[in-house]
Amino acid sequence: MSTTSRPDARTAPSVRKEGAPPGRGTAGGRRRREFTTRRGLVIAAFMAPAAVFVAVFTYYPMIAGSQMAFRNWNLTDLTDTSWVGWKNFTEVFTDPAWSTVVDNTLLWVVGSIVPQLVIGFAIALWLRRRFRFRGLYQALIFFPWAISGFLIGILFRWLFNSEFGVVNDLLQKAGLIDEPVAWLADPQTAMTAVLIANVWYGVTFFAIMILAALQSIPDELYEAAALDGAGKARTLFRITIPYIRVTLALTVLLRVIWIFNFPDLIFGMTGGGPNDETHIVTTWMIKITQQGDYGKASALGLLVVAVLLVFAVFFLLATRERRGGRGTTERGARA
Amino acid sequence: MIGKETGAGRATKFTFLGLWLVFSLFPLYWITVTSLKAPGDIFSFPISYWPERFSLENYQGLFGKADFGTYLVNSLVVATVAGAVATAISTLSAYVLARFEFRSKSALLMAALVTQMIPSFIALGPLYLLMTDLRLVDNRLGLVLVYIAVCIPFCTVMLRGFFENVPDALEEAAMIDGLSRLGALLRVLLPVMRPGIVAAFIFNFVNCWNELFLSVTLMNSDANKTVPTALNGFISSFNIDWGSMSAAAVLTILPTMVLFAFASRHIVQGLTSGAVKG
Repeated sequence: MSTTSRPDARTAPSVRKEGAPPGRGTAGGRRRREFTTRRGLVIAAFMAPAAVFVAVFTYYPMIAGSQMAFRNWNLTDLTDTSWVGWKNFTEVFTDPAWSTVVDNTLLWVVGSIVPQLVIGFAIALWLRRRFRFRGLYQALIFFPWAISGFLIGILFRWLFNSEFGVVNDLLQKAGLIDEPVAWLADPQTAMTAVLIANVWYGVTFFAIMILAALQSIPDELYEAAALDGAGKARTLFRITIPYIRVTLALTVLLRVIWIFNFPDLIFGMTGGGPNDETHIVTTWMIKITQQGDYGKASALGLLVVAVLLVFAVFFLLATRERRGGRGTTERGARA
Repeated sequence: MIGKETGAGRATKFTFLGLWLVFSLFPLYWITVTSLKAPGDIFSFPISYWPERFSLENYQGLFGKADFGTYLVNSLVVATVAGAVATAISTLSAYVLARFEFRSKSALLMAALVTQMIPSFIALGPLYLLMTDLRLVDNRLGLVLVYIAVCIPFCTVMLRGFFENVPDALEEAAMIDGLSRLGALLRVLLPVMRPGIVAAFIFNFVNCWNELFLSVTLMNSDANKTVPTALNGFISSFNIDWGSMSAAAVLTILPTMVLFAFASRHIVQGLTSGAVKG
């Protein structure tokens, strides 16, 4: 198949800078010196449409929504929208559901990311060597990505149905369970089920990102390792992982942000139930919004942003240090 | 090459890859089979893995009882227009971010990243009020405008990756030949980048096609509903009618799967190059 060879050829250049900082090099310096008013106008004109749309329809509502966190803003009584300081935040922290929500959110993020990363990494390693129908295989396992999180929730809700669900039927046929399990009626099995659905969905993203990075590793490194008699595990931990760590770090960061902010699947699958026991922060926020308490929902939203920003900064700092010498000095010089 | 492969290693590899493929496709197979069963057979024992009686009744019900055709058209119109406009706008911003160095550049990229961090629900209330002021609530144009804004950040980062793979000598030569920068972009760069732009459009289209929460908030009349909103309506009631639901799910998934089948190679490239640099 002619198509199988092409992804390599096309993805490889884009990640070739792997390992080295994505330096803008001399070309950047030259461009900076050539700066003119005309250049500024071009930049402004080309950026303007995007900036206007995002400012009006994304940033404005977000900022307007953020200030609701400090106001009494409830749809049940809109006559009093006075400023209330941190009251909405204390309400969030003192809510009896809060600790469950925090536990679930942690479980949701870690329990999704770890299997996604491990299985995605394995698939990428196995896809690295070309085989017949590899292109087709990649296209097929990419299909879950075309489906919305909400619909994935619905698909798995049907698969895990207690009476007519195929999961119970298969497990019974395999002799692993005797009685049908009411998966979505028990908080613990329900969390397991939503995690399985999210792993189903997210593995491919890791697989394709890691595969692209793997294809940027020069063969000579492996040849040298083989000459030195390095075994499989040693090669993996001494060559492969260090070489692609920047991609790994960025992919994990991006996925943590998305998964944290991904209420759709749980919303479609359990709706936070049973008894609000499978809510993560963002699905709980949906519930509070639906109850009309925009102030409290907004406070929750700001907490999410704060946590993610802190996480992103720490994560980038931590991974940058491990990148070592060149990366740090370049950034240091720029700052 | 990447070391020698043993027979046992090969066997493990293909077993695992095969299992994953089955696991990946089974839910899609299952929802399709469910949708093609006669409504009564969905809830019969023992569970059959193949429709014993093929029936399109579930699909007929969608277009008869519910007005599913209207929802499909609404989704198609909104996703196409928003996806196309967002791609055009993002092409301009991505070009600038790929080709120029300027002081606010990292701030702009950070602003794009932050949009991914903020839960959309924080913005829904004010957005609804804004759209009310603009008289764009329950209006397809209104939803299009909002979707364009939703698509732009990620689309820009993705297209920027594509631009960086095209040597800038290309448009410099065109500009020496007398084309303006916009002319060089349109006439020289775009043809080279067509696969990337198609992939970006498809990515946008699929995102808009799948979007639920904004659509639920902004579109309240039946004539303006999009497909995900209609699906959401199916589960709001106490019991889910799995016959209609499975048929509706298949009709929702099918178009996006076809598009992904066309462009998955380019979407993969866009994701990998965009994210590695973004």
